[in-house]
Amino acid sequence: MIKINELTKRYGEFVAVDRLTFAVDAGEVLGFLGPNGAGKSTTMKMLAGFLSPSSGTASVCGFDVEQDAMQAKRVVGYLPEGAPAYGEMTPKSFLSFIADVRGLTGSARTERLGQVVELLGLNKVLEQPIETLSKGFKRRVGIAQAIVHDPKVLILDEPTDGLDPNQKHEVRNLIRSMAKDKLIIVSTHILEEVNAVCTRAMVIAGGKLLADETPEQFEARSRYFGAVSLQPKAADFAHVQGALESLSGVAEVEVASEQRLIVLPKPGVRLFDPVNTMLREKGIAVEDLSVLRGRLDEVFRSITEQGVRS
Amino acid sequence: MSAAANPMRVLMRREFQSYFATPVAYVFLIIFLILAGFTTFWLGNWFEVNQPNLSAFFQYHPWLYLVLMPAIAMRTWAEERNAGTIELLLTLPIELKHAVFAKFLAAWAFAGLALLLTTPMWILVNYLGEPDNGVIFASYLGSWLMAGAFLAIGTCMSASTRSQVIAFVLTVVIGLLFLVFGFINLTGGSGWLVELIASLGFITHFNSIAKGVFDLRDMLFFFAVIGVFLYATIAVIEMKKAD
Repeated sequence: MIKINELTKRYGEFVAVDRLTFAVDAGEVLGFLGPNGAGKSTTMKMLAGFLSPSSGTASVCGFDVEQDAMQAKRVVGYLPEGAPAYGEMTPKSFLSFIADVRGLTGSARTERLGQVVELLGLNKVLEQPIETLSKGFKRRVGIAQAIVHDPKVLILDEPTDGLDPNQKHEVRNLIRSMAKDKLIIVSTHILEEVNAVCTRAMVIAGGKLLADETPEQFEARSRYFGAVSLQPKAADFAHVQGALESLSGVAEVEVASEQRLIVLPKPGVRLFDPVNTMLREKGIAVEDLSVLRGRLDEVFRSITEQGVRS
Repeated sequence: MSAAANPMRVLMRREFQSYFATPVAYVFLIIFLILAGFTTFWLGNWFEVNQPNLSAFFQYHPWLYLVLMPAIAMRTWAEERNAGTIELLLTLPIELKHAVFAKFLAAWAFAGLALLLTTPMWILVNYLGEPDNGVIFASYLGSWLMAGAFLAIGTCMSASTRSQVIAFVLTVVIGLLFLVFGFINLTGGSGWLVELIASLGFITHFNSIAKGVFDLRDMLFFFAVIGVFLYATIAVIEMKKAD
């Protein structure tokens, strides 16, 4: 549904987006990751039809974002960064305005507006000027505005930025619930969001695509992925450490704190069973034993720093 | 099922209503009426001149508009850019040229409303004497066309900055140029360039329409100014989108 080919945006000498090429299909929730200024927003702005590409092409549902700009804009819903809205309007008048511009009419219009208001829980604030609303409600109005016309493609630039944990949770649930029949692109620099909502993660830095994989693959890049963390009794500490180091499949045993050991696996190895079996066979009791997930921030850092250096 | 509304009309309606979302519109209308009354009755000595027409009212319009029209137009695009809503607006299925035109028309309609509120004076002169209503109608038309020209300049300046204050000042400066162009003949110069510049003066064209002489060229002049500045507005927005 979205096809991007060699998409490039230059500002004078500066290359904001550098020959991006990828395709996304319906049902996918694509997470754009990257440091600030990586080119995520610029890419989204080009897809939404706000900025024109310097070179390369992008099409949405078969409509080129430049040649068939109007058709492309009709199938896209877009939440710009910071969820801008006309502050003097109420959510009610603002959403009605969007529905009118989007060409909704009659009972379909009334019905859809009702659904959207319900979906985003805007009932209580419908008659308040948007500028008086809290950040969370403003963001919800922004998302509501993007889905009024039930678009096939939804582009959300940092939809959870600045929200409290409850609000983040709500927005993520909402995105997941809409994912079935839509193509959704979400940009974020909150890494946990990738696991929470995305089916596919892309890392962009310096305008270049550095990684494109499932959240699991992304997580698996971490050396902590599948590692085992355990807390032996103080008396056993050195003994346990030694035993773990000699276990096959173990890459390294890290002393995380005075009480805690982290056993890092060799690539592709699952360590929980071997470690567990070994402890039982040797009759070693531990206070705590758990499998770690990948450390996303570490993966993110290593990918983006490598990308910038190369 | 009602037919889908034209996006341009929808936007124009939103823009027009947005003037009334804050008390600013009402303050503006009151100031306009006070200044119009002040220039007519005091500066124009309407009672002493004792003629049943409104020329004292219309003769100060160019100067009144020089300050008031930039105040209407300064919001149009600068505010969109400042609030970031420009990104929202331009990713809706509405052509940029239609958005520019819709915002201009809303501003022009608002100016028209201000002008419409002065019609009690028209009624008053009819009550006091027998004015040439054709001339007064022509004056209203000319005044509104000139207001449009000021607003088009203001729209263009508003598109070039995110600061409404800067937009206001730039519009006043350019508007002032178009007013003084008409006086260049007084410097004693001559030649085609002087003629050309003089022909760009708003006052000459306005006075000519206001006299009731229906010369199509005077009206076309204001339409041309509007067209040129709206076209420039589109170009400026295209150019400055990325900022």
